[in-house]
Order: sequence, then structure tokens, then C-alpha cells
Amino acid sequence: MKRVIIIGGGPAGMQTALCLVRRGIEPVIVECENELGGKLRNWHVLFPTFTPASDVLTELRRKVRENRIGVHLSTSVETFTDRQATLSDGRVLTCDAVVVATGFTLFDARIKEEYGYGIYDKVITSADLERLFNEGRVVQAAGEHPRRIAFLHCVGSRDEKVCQQHCSRVCCVTGVKQAIEMRRLFPEADVFNFYMDIRMFGPGYEELYREAQQRYGIHFVRGRISEAAPTHDNRLQIKAEDTLTGRPLRMSVDLLVLLVGMRANDQNAAWAADNGLNQAPSGFLQPKDLFLGNVRSGVEGIFYAGTVTAPKTIGETVNEATAAADAVADYLTTKA
Amino acid sequence: MAAIHFGYTISKPRAIDLDRNNLRKSDEILREMPELQTCIGCGSCTAVCTAGNLTEFNFRKVHTLVRRGEYQGAYEEMNKCMLCGKCRLVCPRGINTRGVVLLIKRKLGDF
Ligand code: SF4
Ligand code: SF4
Ligand code: SF4
Repeated sequence: MKRVIIIGGGPAGMQTALCLVRRGIEPVIVECENELGGKLRNWHVLFPTFTPASDVLTELRRKVRENRIGVHLSTSVETFTDRQATLSDGRVLTCDAVVVATGFTLFDARIKEEYGYGIYDKVITSADLERLFNEGRVVQAAGEHPRRIAFLHCVGSRDEKVCQQHCSRVCCVTGVKQAIEMRRLFPEADVFNFYMDIRMFGPGYEELYREAQQRYGIHFVRGRISEAAPTHDNRLQIKAEDTLTGRPLRMSVDLLVLLVGMRANDQNAAWAADNGLNQAPSGFLQPKDLFLGNVRSGVEGIFYAGTVTAPKTIGETVNEATAAADAVADYLTTKA
Repeated sequence: MAAIHFGYTISKPRAIDLDRNNLRKSDEILREMPELQTCIGCGSCTAVCTAGNLTEFNFRKVHTLVRRGEYQGAYEEMNKCMLCGKCRLVCPRGINTRGVVLLIKRKLGDF
């Protein structure tokens, strides 16, 4: 039986494995964490439907278990070619193809020092907020009765100052979703979203945005926050330009949520150099072409699935994993 | 002693300070017409506005300022509107913009 090594056991890796099994190919997942699920493990609910992330995760994990897919946990891939991978424990696995499904790295918000993440406890990231929701500790972070909560879009995206020029795509709708969740939890609080552009590309996203405005009364201000500073009463003062009125704007808030972007894994560069893979200027791995070769690397026997090539939603990632398995199966058939 | 005039004046702060502004009127306006909050700032209303093409009047800007609690001069600005309703024909969010003019005037008439 043909064997395919899948690097990464997030939604992309799991779905690729499930589709390969159905085609009579043996997948082996190598996951560096001690359980499957990737970044989705820390997520609370998914836009735009507020579906619990655990629903998706449980379903994928259950199928992986039922299909007895080989999984190496707490193991990373040091180096690989299309025919083998060297693992962190020194073992070498041979294979007939490799699917890279290593996803992305969350932007480290501390780099944008002007927002004070890691300095002021009233500044958190969108990923922190999901975790706080899961742990039921949002009140602890925002206070019992927050008067004002601000979200800042594009932190670590579309910003030359931090060498991240790309748009992370999912943070706008995440910001809208989280703003709604905060309004539901704190009906007395005013919620402000500071944006440069609002990008609602998916089905139901624009509708959610409008609902956030009309039904939840969330304020959208076009302007990027320039800085956050603590106030004497342990709140934060933020400054921006309200570009639609052409006036500087400031206010104090009880919580500032930074919508952190998805950036490329540092690992990509070394792997690209080893195997002759291409990297996009953003650092993400560059597929063969963006129309008919999205899941192909351009190198024989190496394929991509999910956010290792660009920021994507969970739905897009799962679809792409299906396509990757399809391409792998085609490749193995023609090669045989 | 008469103050010596050095030829300097103190500029009024230009910043919109939401901690100082009284948002009660703005909240009332949004409660009566929540659809105003769906404005995406496209400027179609201002582009077609007859009054805006002849005077400094900028409907989009004035209603945005009102939503931020900046009421000064808003009533007088809205008086430039001749209620032709062209803005309402073009607003992509379907906001009853002429209704907004009337509502802001009603709420801020005594401001
Ligand atoms: S999706 Fe929105 S918040 Fe995220 S990078 Fe793009 S424009 Fe910025
Ligand atoms: S109704 Fe008033 S604001 Fe609207 S287009 Fe006519 S003059 Fe301008
Ligand atoms: S046309 Fe409508 S959405 Fe566009 S700026 Fe005017 S009120 Fe806002």
C-alpha cells in the first residue's frame, strides 16, 4: 500500500488523511503537539454561524480514530523529501508522497509595542479572547461592568512596519463575531471596531457585519489606533483618527482586543530551501499556480493543504485538504 | 491690569473625546433609527446631494459627527438640506437618509 506522510495534524492534516484512506492510501500524520487539532483547539466558536469549534474538531478526531489512522504525536518533522521524513526522535519514515499541512503562526502582538500587549493586562488578542470564552473567564479580563470595549483590526497584517504586507482575511469577520459576542455578554457596554478596510468575503459575512451594526449597535470607526496608554483609573486611553470625519478621536476603554493576523511559519524557509519549494513574498509556501495547481508545490510528490500556503477559513482549509488528497491519489496512480 | 495681547490665541482641541462628549442624544437617535448605524461611509449620499454640491454641506460627515456626540453646528448644517430625497435613492444600506435629517433636526433643535 502506498504511504503518504502528512506533516501537521490540524483540520487540514486530518481531512487529508481521511480522504486518502477512502482511496486506499495509507496516511501517517506527524503532529508536533500532544493532540490533534492545531490552532482550532483554542478556538471557541466559528464565524459566521457561532458553531462551536469543538463540534468540528470532535468530528474530525472521531473519524481519524475510527479509521485507525497512524498518528505520531509530540513529534515534529526535521527534514523531508518526497520519499522520506526524518522525525525529531531520530526515526526516518519512508513514503511515496508528502503533504505539508503545517498551517500558520499567530502574529506576536508584543511586536506592535504601541498597543502595549504583554504590558497592560487590559490589552488582549483575539486568540486570547477565544481562550477566555472557552475557560469562562472573559469577565475576569474585561471586568464585571465594562463600559467600553475596543477591537483593533489588522494587527500584524497589512503592515510594512512588521514586514507583514498580506491581509490575513479571517480577522475582519472574527472581529465582527467577537464584537457581537461581547455585546451579548455585556449589553451595557459600547463596542467599537477600528478598521482600515472591512473585508467580508464569505457567505453570510456581510450579513453578519450589518447585523453587528444594526441589531447590536456596534460602532465601526475607520481609522487605525495609533497607541494605547493606561489611565489613572486602570483603564486604557486609545487614540485614532476618525477618518470619516477627518478628526482625531480618543476615548478610554476597559478592554482592547487586538485582531492578530496569520503569518507564515519560520520553518517554511528552511524546507523551501531543502526541497526547491517556492515561498511567496509573504513567506507562505507558494503553490504551483493559483488556479489549477493550488495544492501542488511544483515539486514531484510534495503537496500542500490548508493555511501553509495562505490564510484561510476552516471551511476553505477542509475543502483544500480534500483537493490535496485528490491530487496525491492522482499522482500515485500515474506514477504506479 | 489689562492683559497684554501677544498676538497668540489658544486653539480649540480638535480631537473628538468620547469620554467628554455626552452621547445621550446620539444614543437616542440610534435607538429611534438603528439603521443609521449600518452606514458604511460610502459617500453616495453626499455625492448626489443637491445641497452638498452648492454649499459646504456634507450629509455623511454631519451624521457621523452626530453619532460621535459632536452636535455643535449639526442642526444648522442639516438646515441646508432641502429634503429632495436623492440621497435615499442611492444609499446602498437602504438607510432612510432624509428621515435621518429630520430626526437629527428634531433631536438637536434645542441644542
Ligand atoms: S481580514 Fe480585515 S483585519 Fe484581517 S488583515 Fe484583512 S483587512 Fe485586516
Ligand atoms: S435630501 Fe437633503 S441630504 Fe439628501 S440629497 Fe437632498 S438635500 Fe442632500
Ligand atoms: S449613502 Fe448611506 S451608507 Fe453611504 S455614506 Fe450615505 S448614509 Fe452612509
